[in-house]
Amino acid sequence: MTITCNRRVALGALATLLAASLTACSGGDEGGGGGGGEGASADEIEAALQEGGSVTYWTWTPQAEKQIEEFEKAYPDVDVTLVDTVGAGEANTKLQNAIAAGKGVPDVVQIEYQSIPQFQLPGQLTDLTQFGFDELESLYTPSTWGSVAQNGGIWGLPQDSGPMAFFYNQEVFDEAGVEVPTTWDEYVEVARAIKKDDPDRCLANDSGDPGFSTSMIWQAGGTPFQNDGENVTIDLADEGTTRFAEMYQPLIDDELICQLPGWSDEWYAALGDGTIASVALGAWMPGILEDGVPDGKGKWRVAPMPTYDGTPTNAENGGSTESVPEASENKLLAAGFLKWLNSSDESIQAFMETGGFPATVEHLESDEFLGYESEYFGGQKINEVLGAGAADVNEGWQYLPWQSYANSIFADTVGQAYLDRSSLLDGLAAWQEENVSYGTDQGFTVNG
Amino acid sequence: MAGYSYLRPRKSVTLTVLLGVLIVYSVLPLLWMLFSITKTQPELLSSFGLWFSGPFALFDNLREVVTHDDGIFVRWFANTLVYVVVGAGGATILATAAGYGLAKYRFRGRSAVFATILGAIAVPGTALAVPTFLLFSQVGLTNTMWSIILPSLVSPFGLYLMWVFSAEAVPTEILEAARVDGAGEWRTFFTISLRLLAPGIVTVALFAIVATWNNYFLPLIMLNDPDLYPLTLGLYQWLADASGIGAQPVFNLVITGSFLTIVPIVIAFLLLQRYWQSGLSAGGVKA
Repeated sequence: MTITCNRRVALGALATLLAASLTACSGGDEGGGGGGGEGASADEIEAALQEGGSVTYWTWTPQAEKQIEEFEKAYPDVDVTLVDTVGAGEANTKLQNAIAAGKGVPDVVQIEYQSIPQFQLPGQLTDLTQFGFDELESLYTPSTWGSVAQNGGIWGLPQDSGPMAFFYNQEVFDEAGVEVPTTWDEYVEVARAIKKDDPDRCLANDSGDPGFSTSMIWQAGGTPFQNDGENVTIDLADEGTTRFAEMYQPLIDDELICQLPGWSDEWYAALGDGTIASVALGAWMPGILEDGVPDGKGKWRVAPMPTYDGTPTNAENGGSTESVPEASENKLLAAGFLKWLNSSDESIQAFMETGGFPATVEHLESDEFLGYESEYFGGQKINEVLGAGAADVNEGWQYLPWQSYANSIFADTVGQAYLDRSSLLDGLAAWQEENVSYGTDQGFTVNG
Repeated sequence: MAGYSYLRPRKSVTLTVLLGVLIVYSVLPLLWMLFSITKTQPELLSSFGLWFSGPFALFDNLREVVTHDDGIFVRWFANTLVYVVVGAGGATILATAAGYGLAKYRFRGRSAVFATILGAIAVPGTALAVPTFLLFSQVGLTNTMWSIILPSLVSPFGLYLMWVFSAEAVPTEILEAARVDGAGEWRTFFTISLRLLAPGIVTVALFAIVATWNNYFLPLIMLNDPDLYPLTLGLYQWLADASGIGAQPVFNLVITGSFLTIVPIVIAFLLLQRYWQSGLSAGGVKA
């Protein structure tokens, strides 16, 4: 499965190259927006949907087909062309390529929250304020809305959210005689106990995953990245980041976590046979366990994230939005489709039916959602735990405007700490240094 | 040292062992694949790789491969065939005509062409993919079948091979005899030279077919419509479906699909290998 890694690097390099050429082309048009300012009211959007037309939609959401079916029932004159973009990494590259080519740019596109600044800052996304989307704010959880409403605009509507939770294999916990950890100190102790009970097993796996680490820093209260469009601040030694690194260091030093890359075939196997006893990931994980780890049925449970000092705090892990690219030729219709997609009850119901974890408050708080008893989780009401986690997400988190590049060099810097069991803080410092010089090369004022 | 063992062939334990290791190294993954395509996904993840395990699921896997995602695998297969027939076929024709022309006719600028082609062989296609993408995007050719076919049509190595091969395999005397008898250049080429060139053409065609069949990086950056994907990219898409939110791991289909992908290329090799060998050695000695 090393192919994946190599390819990620190759794609990262390509994206960088293209980003460089894009920045060169789009100089002068700062601040984004400026799409002719064709504002429109809700009535006008509705009229456009009734009138019909065609919309191209790029997504990797498995439920998209079902959602579009529902949409075309409601608006039979709108023809939606669905393009499966496979996954977040691929989708970024494809969008970057299409924008560079100036051809084949979709009207509505799924983007991970962490990649929004990457497309928003060069002015490649439409500010949806002109379509009155600011009125939709109250529909969404504050943390997901905060991810799409930045730098004075609204750059998408949240599709799903991924408040973190602690998923664990009850059977393995029982065998090792350990309880569910509620603090990170206990977490380290549980990791030690499981290793002692059976050296082939680990409490968790991590071989240096940037998505996981940034979420963990977020959960620890860190805000290492801040940007206002031009000025970027990077401080990977702030209080929260340090707190995470110091907690995590013993897990690396004492080899308490398995160095197994996530999403590989071995990973799925290890989740099924008890080699890996827990994962701390987004609330979208249950569907993946059900699909990819059928052997774990009845064994897995979910608990809130461990805390540092007893106060519940949380972070988002993954999750994405749909946005309208600035180069879309039919923004009004695109905005109409987007609004239906991520705020209509029909669409969100279809999304939730097969395991999607929504971003809308109404659905997160509905009795039906909270009362759901998951057979896979031994009858546990998992959404009570997951939904509560959404309310504790720390505010103020931001990603870098070049997050996908930053993630691509994570393995070379922070990842080294995992390999040589060296200092995580040193690795983070190295990551910071590389990012400062990259950001400066891209024309940002970094730590100025 | 090489000359020594060549002149006095002897059984060398070291070489035998080395060769044995190489054979194991190249055959093991194939064996693993052959065992794996008979397993269901859960068995695939939990059983030993080099033996059967669980129910014999080969036929289920095959059926699922061609029906998963509305049978898109069949579409990818057809796309690959188009890229190979038009791209590799075109490359072979162009390389043959140009190689023959350069070998058998004298004209101004011949050495400049020679230098350009030699230089072009040194540049890997991967390095040209991004510049090609930017060029194609300016003329609006990205995300079309042409964006894969056009670059495949150019094969500097094939041209070079045909050039060397033509110089060797088509004696100038025959051409002169044909001209004396009143045959035009086209007729000479099609009725006499082409037949003499057959082993070389097969070699070049095989090279081009393999390169196009396995082409991955170029389609990766050129295409974003899954309906245009070749098999290589399509299989990667299925593999990537195993990661991230909404993941749907279909490892059993990826492996069965990979198996179906290599079958045609293995057949092509078995059928054409004797031409391949003679073609390669002819080029090698002369070069």
